[in-house]
Amino acid sequence: MSLRRLNLGTKPLSWHRKCIAVLQKDLRLEFRTRYAFGALIMFAVTTLVAISFSLAGGMADTDIAAALLWIIFFFSAMTGVSRAFVQEEETGTAIALKMAADPAPVFLGKFLFNAALLISIAVLVVPLYLVMFNLSVAIVGGFLLTVLLGVVGLAAAGTILSAIAAQSAVKGSLLTVLSLPIVLPLLIGATSATRTALSGSNPGSIMTYISMLLFYNGSVIAASLLLFEYVWHE
Amino acid sequence: MANRIEIQGLGKAYNDRWLFRDLDITIPDNSVLAVQGPNGAGKTTLLAVLCGLIAASSGHVNVVLGGRQLSKAERRMHLGLVSPDLKLYDGLSAVENLEFFCTVRGLPFSLPRARELLEFVGLAKRGRDFLGNFSSGMKQRLKYACALWHRPHILVLDEPTIHLDEKGAELVEQIILEQRGRGMVVLASNEPAEIKFGDQTLVLA
Repeated sequence: MSLRRLNLGTKPLSWHRKCIAVLQKDLRLEFRTRYAFGALIMFAVTTLVAISFSLAGGMADTDIAAALLWIIFFFSAMTGVSRAFVQEEETGTAIALKMAADPAPVFLGKFLFNAALLISIAVLVVPLYLVMFNLSVAIVGGFLLTVLLGVVGLAAAGTILSAIAAQSAVKGSLLTVLSLPIVLPLLIGATSATRTALSGSNPGSIMTYISMLLFYNGSVIAASLLLFEYVWHE
Repeated sequence: MANRIEIQGLGKAYNDRWLFRDLDITIPDNSVLAVQGPNGAGKTTLLAVLCGLIAASSGHVNVVLGGRQLSKAERRMHLGLVSPDLKLYDGLSAVENLEFFCTVRGLPFSLPRARELLEFVGLAKRGRDFLGNFSSGMKQRLKYACALWHRPHILVLDEPTIHLDEKGAELVEQIILEQRGRGMVVLASNEPAEIKFGDQTLVLA
């Protein structure tokens, strides 16, 4: 048989439809394997349980508790988010993706997937964290906003770093090394905001930290969109 | 200005070792370029440079379609690639793979088009099966379906019949001949049965 001239459609799809297609594909693959979600949740829960045992059920100091939360989120992000592009390169699907898709929708689709993954981890981990460390939150809205902006920032930074690391031979190891200086401002802002939200002392400062997180996220996403084409195509 | 691919002074080196250099060739419309050479001569690399997947170390590739020289991004929209290095998603079904690649290309998905392509490549009854359960020959057939979805003007084939049975090889022959009628084909192979399609042959040392 020969191929007929079926109408392919004359109106090209908008970039956001392409971006949603990348997100849907990654979600579909994740729902079928649950590899990243499983690895991430196991890491986060194991860390929480281990620290909780060492504190013997006592209340953690808010300074330490705030840092612990972001250590868990940081390493969870580096464990799960690193797969975004590394897996595409390792399985050979990156070539098919590069041939078919524009760079910006690929980056945004992967970023949205990573953000969804980390937010779902946060939804499970934060209540456990508050219960296991016997913590109360003085500024609830500020705390929730800090967690949301913090994990979104980690997803954004992790996505572009994963794309860079995927081009190297050492991949995963490079990601953790690269990520520290890039993510440090985010960790400082998020830890400070969390400490303030937990303790309730100097509540006015939380808006400064939240603004810092907003600025960080905007800068990383904008810079990533500009850089990604060069990273993706060699 | 006629449709064509111009390869001018093209070279690719890795760590000071040149795989190929100073390649000059023009591929006119309605023709097939066959690239052959021993293992490691740079056949696959040349195709990757042609597709804009890797940068050349020297020279350049110009693709002229409809009287206009295309940018790298535009070039990809007119290219279809089938290569052993290109893999589809094992965790998706054949139809889901077609739907994904069609959508990220910016084309609306059409189930009749997917059915037509699957039937054409001999996978009519396997559309809902996951690629992870496909044999390597079936995966190769689906790569052709993906590459042909957008009716590319240029079809780039690396080892076109690898993993395919006799019927699969006949299908590839039909694809090459039909593609020559509506555009260009660049194929890399050392199989005499595939090289014979070349209107021009480029031998890499």
